[in-house]
Amino acid sequence: MGWSCKGPMFTLKHRTDPWNQGRDCTGRARRFLALRPSPVPRPRDRRGTVEEIYASTTFRKALLLVGLVILLAAAGLVAATAGAAQVGAGDVWRVVAGKFLPAYRGTAGELARTVVVDLRLPRILLAVITGMSLAGAGAAMQGVLHNPLVDPYILGLSSGAAFGAALAIVLGAGFLAPVYGSVGPYLVITNAFVFGILAMWLVYGIARLRGTAPETLILGGVAIGYLFSAGVALLKYVSENEALKELVVWLMGGLWGATWEAVRLLFPLVLASQAVLLYYAWDVNALLAGEEVAGSLGVNVRRVRLLYLGAASMAAAATVAFTGIIGFVGLVAPHICRLLIGNDYRFLIPCSSLLGAALLLVADTGARTIMAPTEIPVGVITSLIGVPFFLGLLLKRRSQISL
Amino acid sequence: MKIVVRDVTFAYNSHAVLHGVSLGVAEGEIVSIIGPNGSGKSTLLRCLARVLQPRRGAIFLDGREILAIDARQWARQVGYLPQAGGTSFPITVLEAVLMGRKPHIRWGVMPRDLEAVERAMRYTGVEEMARRPLGELSGGERQKVLLARALAQEPEVLLLDEPTTSLDILHQLEILELLRQLAVEQGKAVIMVMHELNLAARFSDKLVLLKDGSIFAAGRPEKVLSVASLKAVYGVEAVVSEGRFGLEVLPLRPVAGRGTLGGDDTT
Repeated sequence: MGWSCKGPMFTLKHRTDPWNQGRDCTGRARRFLALRPSPVPRPRDRRGTVEEIYASTTFRKALLLVGLVILLAAAGLVAATAGAAQVGAGDVWRVVAGKFLPAYRGTAGELARTVVVDLRLPRILLAVITGMSLAGAGAAMQGVLHNPLVDPYILGLSSGAAFGAALAIVLGAGFLAPVYGSVGPYLVITNAFVFGILAMWLVYGIARLRGTAPETLILGGVAIGYLFSAGVALLKYVSENEALKELVVWLMGGLWGATWEAVRLLFPLVLASQAVLLYYAWDVNALLAGEEVAGSLGVNVRRVRLLYLGAASMAAAATVAFTGIIGFVGLVAPHICRLLIGNDYRFLIPCSSLLGAALLLVADTGARTIMAPTEIPVGVITSLIGVPFFLGLLLKRRSQISL
Repeated sequence: MKIVVRDVTFAYNSHAVLHGVSLGVAEGEIVSIIGPNGSGKSTLLRCLARVLQPRRGAIFLDGREILAIDARQWARQVGYLPQAGGTSFPITVLEAVLMGRKPHIRWGVMPRDLEAVERAMRYTGVEEMARRPLGELSGGERQKVLLARALAQEPEVLLLDEPTTSLDILHQLEILELLRQLAVEQGKAVIMVMHELNLAARFSDKLVLLKDGSIFAAGRPEKVLSVASLKAVYGVEAVVSEGRFGLEVLPLRPVAGRGTLGGDDTT
């Protein structure tokens, strides 16, 4: 007998087992339980049952979500009224209602309508869409690549897009050059998008050879990024003054090119990308516990990673093509949300997206009004607003996550 | 038999790690895989957990080839605890255990999910840590939380890779007793990789001793752990005695480094 217990039998304290209440233990278990050190009474849980804790933490996450929606709406209203032309909040309401509510019969002045509908509204919406896509993509990529330093540009996307744009601006060359006949904004946009996606696809293809491990993806992205950056540098070097200036402005990024056409094109794309990110939120939650664990929880790690990276990069590449490279939002918005509500991707994705949208909208409103009529690059303002806020949170919360 | 391993061979690239391993595990049985470093213990467990695919041979769960089972279905039947793997972003204990419900959840968390989580957390005694970040726990507490996650899955089979390594003796005993209880009271099949031979012998129904990727011996602990097998597999001189609480193994010295011999067995 392997379990022979020759000594005196230990007394077995009655033990209730939540899974097995009342049923007696079998002999073998009895012997093992007998070896158990005298049970230390655990302090009564004063903080409620699992259900209560889950409800309260979920409530806090939902609260942040609602708060961000309100913040974004407020920022939108401020942005619509801010600027050289005097347009009050009432005018904004009348214009917006007049445009989107068929039943609305109020009228607004011609000037107000022109300023709001033609200039400010598309710019506001483009800022929101861009902020959402960059911040959502940042959260998504940080999650599936297990790396907090990752941003939407990591897979060589920004350098690829920059190279595409530079090619169009400097050489007037591009995939669709024969179609457009000349160097126009569309050539720059399509070129930036195509090369952004191309770079990402290249990186993914390389990483596939090694099982798409996060390290390979990140390092491959950095390497391909350098390659395209070298191309951009070369194009800068050979370019004429005019083209050089245009290229530098494009590389800095900004929302001055906002049009309704851009909004109409990008909106469904970003919405679809967000839908994918939300649909796989549970899988990414599981992935945070490690690939093997995620696999054992029924997650197809490869597929989730590909879909997440694909959806995020697609949206980021599309918006970048219209706005140029806007950094920082995609890196910092997810981290601010992480510090506030933790790493539940069901909430982290929408919260990051909303915060990114609000941050970019506020920054862009500042960019076009502070030194009007001169525009400050939006990236400067995003950093000026975002960095102190982020550092404050970081120092206050340290490694803690609040719930 | 709950799990049947039939003639499994596995190789990393050209380096063969397992050669024709076959074994069976019944419901309510605890089986420990033991053997020296590099003998293929973890590889065998990872094949069982579907992390790795055998090059030849097959593994069956309830008579079905495991690679043919749908991922979600599989996750509801088999819980797997790999060796400590850190998370990159902090999560709370409750979130960690709730992940075990992944195979049962579509998108929304149902009351029965939270009930299962609570049951699992009470069972391993971590219910009062629910709000704490997983990263701030001690190794022993952490292992209990991870075990709770596997239990929240409500699996029939538990696979554990060195569940007690780097834990203090109290936590070692607590974890192993929980596993014992799960096997005896709920009929779960438990397969684990173990290094500590005394604990493996005491808490397992069967041991599987691996040497260079093949089974050297398998069966009841007192049959597997002998002076001869320890010498042949581990290259260690040892004393094996039938103590009050089961088998006791006392390793003495490496065989290669023999200086003085004899007399030890009489002490």
